Amino acid sequence: MLTRRSMLAAGATGLAVASLGPTFAFAKTPGHKRLLVLVMRGAVDGLALAAPLGDPAFRQHRAKWLDTYADASKLDGMFSLHPQLGEIGKLYTQGDALIAHAVATDYRDRSHFDAQNMLETGGTQPYARRDGFLNRLVGMMAGEKMSAVALASALPLALRGKNPASTYAPSTLPQASEGLIDRLPDLYAGDEQLASLFQQAQAAEDIADASGMRNINRAKDAGTLAARMLSDPQGARIAMLDLPGWDSHAGQLRMLDKGFGQLDILMSAFRGGMGEVWNDTLVLAVTEFGRTVAINGTFGTDHGTASAALLMGGAVRGGRVVSDWPGLAQGQLYQGRDLRPTMSLEALIAGALGEHFALDSAKVMRELFPDRNERPVEQLIA
Amino acid sequence: MTPTSIALNRFGLGYRRDAPLPSDASGWLKRQIAAFDPAPPALGDRAIGSAEFRRVVEDSFAYRDERNEARKMAGNVEERRKMAQSRKQQVRNRLVGDIALRARIALESETPFMERMVHFWSNHFAVSADKPHVPLLVGPYEFGAIRPHIGGYFKDMLKAASLHPAMLAYLDQFRSQGPASQAAKAREKRGALERGLNENLGREILELHTLGVGGGYTQEDVKELAKALTGWTLQGIPYAKRARPQENGAAFFGWIHEPGSRTVLGRTYAEGQAGQAFAILDDLAEHPSTARFIATKLARHFAGDVPPEPLVDRLARTFTESGGHLPTVYEALIDAPEPWVEQPVKFRQPWEWAVGMLRASGDIALADRQFVQMMRALGQEVWLPGSPAGWDDREGSWAGSNALLRRIEAAERFAAETRLDDARELAEAMFPGSLSETTAQTIRGAESNEMGFALLLVSPEMMRR
Repeated sequence: MLTRRSMLAAGATGLAVASLGPTFAFAKTPGHKRLLVLVMRGAVDGLALAAPLGDPAFRQHRAKWLDTYADASKLDGMFSLHPQLGEIGKLYTQGDALIAHAVATDYRDRSHFDAQNMLETGGTQPYARRDGFLNRLVGMMAGEKMSAVALASALPLALRGKNPASTYAPSTLPQASEGLIDRLPDLYAGDEQLASLFQQAQAAEDIADASGMRNINRAKDAGTLAARMLSDPQGARIAMLDLPGWDSHAGQLRMLDKGFGQLDILMSAFRGGMGEVWNDTLVLAVTEFGRTVAINGTFGTDHGTASAALLMGGAVRGGRVVSDWPGLAQGQLYQGRDLRPTMSLEALIAGALGEHFALDSAKVMRELFPDRNERPVEQLIA
Repeated sequence: MTPTSIALNRFGLGYRRDAPLPSDASGWLKRQIAAFDPAPPALGDRAIGSAEFRRVVEDSFAYRDERNEARKMAGNVEERRKMAQSRKQQVRNRLVGDIALRARIALESETPFMERMVHFWSNHFAVSADKPHVPLLVGPYEFGAIRPHIGGYFKDMLKAASLHPAMLAYLDQFRSQGPASQAAKAREKRGALERGLNENLGREILELHTLGVGGGYTQEDVKELAKALTGWTLQGIPYAKRARPQENGAAFFGWIHEPGSRTVLGRTYAEGQAGQAFAILDDLAEHPSTARFIATKLARHFAGDVPPEPLVDRLARTFTESGGHLPTVYEALIDAPEPWVEQPVKFRQPWEWAVGMLRASGDIALADRQFVQMMRALGQEVWLPGSPAGWDDREGSWAGSNALLRRIEAAERFAAETRLDDARELAEAMFPGSLSETTAQTIRGAESNEMGFALLLVSPEMMRR
């Protein structure tokens, strides 16, 4: 009897099939570089991620919270890493992690939704564009037949657009019967959209092999799954994963202990799962904006401007903090309350992607984040 | 799609098994506006009033005290773990019960257009059950603050929802304190840690509830509104015993209120304690940007992801001219040509798709715990949008490959649990005059009624409206 797996392997796509299963519909001749994008939604406090302990103004603003960093590992003379980021600290020591600080997108207001919209679309105004920057990156690799997957139940904006992208999340429902699956190509015969979605879904299911997983919200499972999707020779080359829960208006210390702890577990599982392919991998962990420098009335911080970004992976020229530090003295703050942005997040992303995928960074900048004057950041990738 | 199919599926929540098909599509929809029952029998004796909110909050704080006491005692780690587990279970059970209740109301409703409006407004004034207190407040919030107002004036719903205990808890408003309030001064005197202003609710009211982004407000307006909102808090907080209970189940605590007049959008509002926020909200409700923002969202929901400009214009004008009288706006929507175009205009969100299954099955027993769990697998866990912006209402957020596979799995299990005489007949009733030959043929070729029903549930007709 045909199992679903073998049936799929012989399925309608008619592609040659490796032992691990069929390819994604668009991954016939995969390039060897991998990209994982982690979007930390809710605005991460960059000053907590990599704390500028060497800045006396920081020690004043955050005096009540300095205990957190009593035993934290120093990144350099200025910055210390949040103590929950132990595994990422190891990557940093090995030269596999880089922190960019005082980074922000072009967005200068304080709405999560607008800021995430701008980050994901790459537009210069919220809602100005309908497609996502990662989707356009897929388009730039057209010759390479890049495949992109969001580890989510629904496609995030960054991956939406005219180029192919799929979603994947482990199921908690009983698997559909072959009898039903068999009939669906007929049912969707006259419906291009559903037919294509159905085909992509089957291919992804096979590679993820997530029958033992129940919950993508578990950091370890998410890291493992991302690694499976990206390390499989027939799998995806670009993956995106949301890490929500950073909007620390109240009780920030506890919230960030948990959040950074989860990020660290995820990265540890991902690093482990990638094996050798880690050397060809870039992980971008970004957020929509930063948080106020001052502690607010509810032991949290409010919506701010600049934050930090993490670049990880064997491909990264890591072990350093890249920043033109603006300082945190009152006169140095943006609008008197926020960390002043001195580096464009768009330029950072464009520079990293350009070098990683051996594309012209200036062109990447133009395609992914058009209508900007900043030059892509250089020398991020080994 | 025929007008009947559009009325059933685009405006309503899908055909309910054994219900008569409407003969006059637009009349059927309009009659629902007056016939809507904010407190349907299915709601039973679910408490949704002030006393319930107070009880929930008191209960949360009592549990916290109990837990803190337990922490002080050495040992008994296992006992503490059990205590936390049992509390979590208790909260979850209540939430699941309320979600199942919501599903049952949607299944049984004879005014499905208005029921859709309940879901629409609940998502407009979204709270998310991933914050403390919210899981126990969100059901009573929708049942008690949204439902009674969808057939009234927008400004009344705005005040009921934006200042509701569920919203105050969700957006941290109950922690916000005026920097020049009596409380702040007293803290300063005793050298206690400063607690201050939280702008969250102020910002979301402007950005998400009323004017919308680009609606013409500044960061200064956000701050001023946030200051006016200080004092709005929950009933039942032990350290705010002197707070005065308000009609909507919240409380107002003058001790933490920022004194003085406030200026929002160029207009000055005299100090008026709780009334100051009301006065500002009344004006925000009537602002032209609010009319446009609401009109755009309604148009997107009923006429497609790219809301047709003429429809937005018409709805905004009706909104303004009627003073935000929602039934008048609904009538204008039903009378407009744009929501009646023949081709499907929307990819169904998981909730509406699942409710469509329920109504097609007609089996109230299926609106159960398992149904609630299924919503998580489908990517739209009820009352858990994770953001005050609510669920996105565009196809790109829902038409994913994995999401389709989950629907296929869910449909098959659901179909297996539904007793059905003839899937072919049901298909015709669900999409009167609108069933494609491909779908009809695939269902005819199914080996069983269950298989036929499963195919119907994942058919192109069912996926879009």
